Parts: sequence; structure tokens; C-alpha cells
Amino acid sequence: MLLEVGSHLVADYLHAIEQLDLPEVADVVPAAETILVRLHRASAMGSVEFRLQDLEPSAVPAGEQRTITVAARYDGDDLDVVAAETGLTVDEVIALHCGARYRVQFCGFSPGYGYLTGLDPLLQLPRRPSPRTRVPRGAIAIAGPYTAIYPTASPGGWHLLGSTDVTLFDPARYDLGQSPSLLEPGLQVRFVQS
Amino acid sequence: MIEVLDSGVLATVQDEGRIGFSAWAVSPSGAADGPAYRLANRLVGNVPGCAAVEVVLGSIRLRAHVDTVIAVSGAPAPITVGERSFATGQAIPVAGGEVITVGWAPAGLRTYLAVRGGIAVPPVLGSRSTDTISGLGPDALAAGDLLPIGNDVQGLPAPDQVPLHPIDVAPVIDLVPGPRLDWIDENSKSVLVSRSFSVSDKVDRIGVRLSGPRLVRSRTGELPSEAIIRGAIQLPPDGEPIVFGPDHPTTGGYPVVAVVAERHAHLVAQLRPGYTVRFRWSR
Repeated sequence: MLLEVGSHLVADYLHAIEQLDLPEVADVVPAAETILVRLHRASAMGSVEFRLQDLEPSAVPAGEQRTITVAARYDGDDLDVVAAETGLTVDEVIALHCGARYRVQFCGFSPGYGYLTGLDPLLQLPRRPSPRTRVPRGAIAIAGPYTAIYPTASPGGWHLLGSTDVTLFDPARYDLGQSPSLLEPGLQVRFVQS
Repeated sequence: MIEVLDSGVLATVQDEGRIGFSAWAVSPSGAADGPAYRLANRLVGNVPGCAAVEVVLGSIRLRAHVDTVIAVSGAPAPITVGERSFATGQAIPVAGGEVITVGWAPAGLRTYLAVRGGIAVPPVLGSRSTDTISGLGPDALAAGDLLPIGNDVQGLPAPDQVPLHPIDVAPVIDLVPGPRLDWIDENSKSVLVSRSFSVSDKVDRIGVRLSGPRLVRSRTGELPSEAIIRGAIQLPPDGEPIVFGPDHPTTGGYPVVAVVAERHAHLVAQLRPGYTVRFRWSR
């Protein structure tokens, strides 16, 4: 079932659903404005709907918020373009990007690719008119209301501001009982210029 | 070990896939025709979930390096082991050194070859499936590959041949309404479940693109990305629907107007370019 909750409440509803810890739920997939709840069996639909219908969003308590810091080199190929299109200087673009606090709204596009909200409105631009055929691994980019880090080299249409050496996705971490993905929905992220 | 002599059009290792990782943008992957894959495993006496080989359009040649037992199911294809010929749907003993050939499948798209004990390539995120959209899991098979054989068996191989479901070249597939059914106009809603669509040549593990009657959107504007599931029928701006398969992207920005009922997902997996398909609402 697809729950429509609105972009600013996705994280809080996600937390509320996780708190319920329903055994019938197989998978919970947040996105821009919705949350998909997949069940192990369709027959459980009625009872899960009943549990979710009066669900209140619940913010993660401040003390339990997980924050990570990503060391960023602001050496992206699109810094000048972004500066020109926003009417800012390159230094101002960098200051706005690394001054903000971000939160992973959802993952999509490729394993470990997080859509981070919290981008300063001054930096919100449409995607590039034509995508690049190859964006390098670790590229830090912006498009629309989001910033993101490319976990692997891939095609991409976002504006490149910088790069990082952080490993975003590593299946081997799963075999050690850890999350394979550095970013997961709800996580807070800060960029620090290195 | 099993050695790949010729991998044909596309052959991949598949099992039940990676379930529960969608929130990290990992596709479920796994055998496209689940019932056919499970049958092949049962025939050789494997523990459920063992990895098997998914072969597109048949046409693969392997050499067993040890004595083993295989079974083939899904799209029916002629099988030879050494000089002997076999049909699908039975356990076939293979002696070490013999060459296994699965020929061209005249109908359907995907044939499954299970080996007693399972294909034991290293799992990635708990699954041995090749995910063609992200590259997780083993690469598609190529000539020269040596596939390790596991020992995840329970019981003996099946003593008898079992009949396979014939491939339906013009299936009628059950749908449930999608979250954005109201993004197409009333006429398109009725076209979706009354007219035939034809299967285009854009068919892979990510999705099946249909052509035929256009579905017309009742509203314009962009849809913010939302989660996709297997069987989701997405409507891009050109009006030609895409039915998503096991390697689907986990989120997408076009409206999902309907979803193939889970019990009919395997029918989509056997659609071949040129086949026709009709839909009806599941009851």
C-alpha cells in the first residue's frame, strides 16, 4: 500500500511505522512524498490498514538523531555554472552547500544513492539540460530540492559541486552484520570542506 | 564445478532475490519466473532458495566437471546430455565430463536450469542473483566461467517427469489498481482492460515495454518520485506502458496506473517480443 504523507512528514511517518514494528510488514520504502508499505501476505492488508489509519507522525527524538559528517572537496565541474545561474560567487555556493544540515529523504536511482533534503533554496536549480554519460564515484551533486553523492560511477544529470572519498555502499558490510549503505532514510548529514 | 562453454543470449544466476533492501535502492532481483525456478530446484531435490541458471531463449552449453543431477523448467527447450536427449520437467543424471546443451526455446522467454546442490557463487546481500540494473551479484555468465556447485539438498531427485504449464503466447493477466490510476482518463482505464497490447522488443529483466493502444493522461504535471514494485505498470509521457520486472528501479517519477497481481508475475516473465497480452481487473 502507498501512503501519501507529504514531503515534510515522510521521515516522521517512517519513524512511526518503524516504531510499530508490525510483523506483517516485509518492506517499507519512503520516497519524495509517499511511503510504500509492502506486506508478506496480501491477506494481512486489512489488519495493517487498521493499524496505520490513525497513525500519527512521530519525530525521532533529538537525542536519537544520527548524524554523519562527510568530508567534501569542492572541486566539481559545475561550480561555475551553478554560481552563474544562482547569481552567487563560487565561495558563496560552497558556503551555502556545506553550511546546511541535510536529512536523507529516501534512497533511489542506485544502491546507496540518498536524496538529501535541506538544500538552501538559493541553490535549487533544475537538472542539467543534458545528462553526463559518466559521473565519477563520490561526486557530490545538486538538483531540484536535493543534494546527493554518487555511490558508483554512473550517468547523471545533476550539477557537480564536489567530491568525497567516503564509501557509500559496500555489500561486504552486510556480511559483518552492518548496514551496507552509509545513507539511509532519516539520517542527518553534514558536509565539511576538506 | 560446472563450466560454461556457451552462454547464449543471456544467462544469469538467480535465486529468490534480495527482499527487504528497497529502502537502500536495491532492487529485489531474483528469478523472473518464480514458479518455474522453484520447480527446477524441487526436481533435483534442492533446498528452496538454491541458486539456478536463468537462460533467455534457451541456447546454452555447459560441461559438468563432476557427476551431478540437473533439471530444466520454464520455457520448454530441447536438452541433450552427451548423446542423450531429454525433455524439460525431470531430473536428469549427468556424468562428470558430459556436455549439457539446452537448445533454442520455441516459445516463452526464460528457461531455468537447476543443478543438484545449487549454484554456489558467493552471495551478495544474502542472494546470488545477478541484478542487471545495479550490477550487484555475479556477472552474467560468459564462456569459460566455472560455477561452483553447493550441497544444499533435501531428499532425492524427483523420480518422475512432471508436466510443465504450457507457455501462453497471448496471456490474460490479472491487475490490481495502481496508486495513480486516476492519472489516466476514463477511456484509457477501459482501454487498459479491454484492448490487446503487443510486447515490444524492449524486454529485459528491468521491464517489458508494451505497444498498442495509447493510454492518455488525465492530468499533466510531474509526479515526485515514489516507490516502485515488481509488476507495477508505469506510464511514461509517450503513453507506452512499462511492466516492471525483478530488476526494476526502486523509485520512479511516472505514474503507476496498475500492478500485475503477484500470482501472474510469472506470465510477464515469459512474454516475448511480438506476443500479445490482455489485462483484466483481478477479483
